[in-house]
Amino acid sequence: MHTEQTMAVSCRGVTKVYTSGGTKTHALRGVDLDVYPSELLMLVGPSGCGKTTLISVIAGILDQDEGEALVFGRNFKQMSQRQKTAWRGVHVGFVFQAFNLLPALTARENIAVPLLILGEPKRRALERAQAVLEKVDLGGRGDSLPSQLSGGQQQRVAIGRALVHGPRLIVCDEPTSSLDHETGKTVIELLKRTAVGPDRALVIVTHDPRIFGYADRIARMDDGRITRIETQALPQ
Amino acid sequence: MNFIALKMLMGDRAKYIGIIIGLTFASLLITQQASVFVGLMTRTFGAISDLGQAEIWVMDPKVQFVDDVKPMKDTKLLNVRGIEGVQWAVPIFKGLLKARLENGNFQTCIVFGLDDATLMGGPPTMVEGRLEDLRRAEAVIVDVNGARGKLARPPTEPGGERRPLEIGDTLELNDHRAVVVGLCNVSRTFQSQPTIYTTYSRATQFAPRERRLLSFILVKAKPGEDPEQVRERIQKETGLLALTSAEFKWTTVKYFMKYTGIPINFGIAVLLGFLVGTAIAGQTFYNFTLDNIKQFGALKAMGASNMTLLRMILLQALTAGGIGYGLGVGLASLFGRAVRGSELAFRMMPQILLISAGAVLFICMLSALFSIRKVMKLEPAIVFKS
Repeated sequence: MHTEQTMAVSCRGVTKVYTSGGTKTHALRGVDLDVYPSELLMLVGPSGCGKTTLISVIAGILDQDEGEALVFGRNFKQMSQRQKTAWRGVHVGFVFQAFNLLPALTARENIAVPLLILGEPKRRALERAQAVLEKVDLGGRGDSLPSQLSGGQQQRVAIGRALVHGPRLIVCDEPTSSLDHETGKTVIELLKRTAVGPDRALVIVTHDPRIFGYADRIARMDDGRITRIETQALPQ
Repeated sequence: MNFIALKMLMGDRAKYIGIIIGLTFASLLITQQASVFVGLMTRTFGAISDLGQAEIWVMDPKVQFVDDVKPMKDTKLLNVRGIEGVQWAVPIFKGLLKARLENGNFQTCIVFGLDDATLMGGPPTMVEGRLEDLRRAEAVIVDVNGARGKLARPPTEPGGERRPLEIGDTLELNDHRAVVVGLCNVSRTFQSQPTIYTTYSRATQFAPRERRLLSFILVKAKPGEDPEQVRERIQKETGLLALTSAEFKWTTVKYFMKYTGIPINFGIAVLLGFLVGTAIAGQTFYNFTLDNIKQFGALKAMGASNMTLLRMILLQALTAGGIGYGLGVGLASLFGRAVRGSELAFRMMPQILLISAGAVLFICMLSALFSIRKVMKLEPAIVFKS
């Protein structure tokens, strides 16, 4: 039985309101959600339902207005901005819809970025990045710039970048939405194969029904609330 | 993270080149215009520099700068010679006289009359002939630039080249015959008129008849005497104005700074270079940051602290500044080299390089400041916005 402290992510009553020109938009309305270690959880729902806001809170890049979000027992509300940034650097990996690779860096250098942020010497970081490149089946493309890679290859580099420093939580925002069916399938299989592991959780925001089958659980959201959680196969 | 910052900067070729061009332009314009200005100001006291043997210049108290000659009585020379601490004191005539050229044209020349006995205050370097040749009848020494330029003789055949004035050639100075016995090098003067040296007595014959013809008295203090104290003594006992060479140079420069529009004109050019450089480089650098805002957001999300991003932006700004400054100063140096020995004044002093470096650094810091402000306030959650 998992407790709040052993849970990968534990959200209780998380609320987020955006205010723009006097208009209030309730992005999250008291969300309760647990993510178990070694689980692949998908957050699905229509556009504007609060999926991206929720993973931003879970990843520690956005502060909720109310409620608690614990990630591997750490409460972001009790951490300073600086501590949160440092914590993210060590424990969180990101995969973005638009890849967000640095266009001037090669694939290998892009993968090495999180290690460099953590202060690893450049040479060692590039060696470790090369090993990850092999893992994402891009061993021979280390010197290629993002512009020289296909969309699928760029997303594989982004997955490599999310994994290279061994984070405990990986958050992915629409990782397959800008890829064709076959490439999307390859990418989600790669994510499932490489990113899910003991003591590590993977949260994917998507509305791509083609990849729902890869999730352990699917949390459906609408209008800032979790409306249903579907269990496909509970982790041990 | 340094190599990431540099690769980001240089990866966007168009913007990188735009930033470098802006900074190069600013650095070039500031350095080049300031060097031309200093060159011009240096020319204003060229005559003082050339008469380097003198430690003290004695003149009428109303003199404002070196070309503002207010002649004194010849007896003042004896007064100065009698003052304690003076090793030697020699008279100098300095005046503008008209030389009649072979083609009938007239050219105004700066004529120096040197002490007949010692020839003290002669040209710094002789190119042809000897200074002592001035003791020959009707002798004058002409500066080479004048001899090859404004005093050159007309061509022997139509369409041919003008012939430089040579030793043995004659001139007519104020209706007096003068024979060229030597050619010398002198510092270029502000008005760029040819310089002619002769003896004091001959110069006063060439000059229009006036009651007073003594322009300056050049003084050297005795060994062991403080020139400053000797200067004060001369001033006190003769009622004349006595200045050390350095003071006279500054007095001359200050006159030109105060009473001519030169500093304002050059100041405007330097300011324009600074403003245009700031506008181009600052705007391009800020745009570069805006274009990379998602990349900075991604780095922030992945754990890069504000301090790390600040260092990255500063490194980018300083690298661009260093390259732009180097190119600008290099181009200004090439310009200086190209105009060396020409009519154009150019003097690049270390202080100018420092000022230019300071200006480029300021532009870079200002550009970086806006970018840093943007990145510091950046919410890392921006990375999830498509």
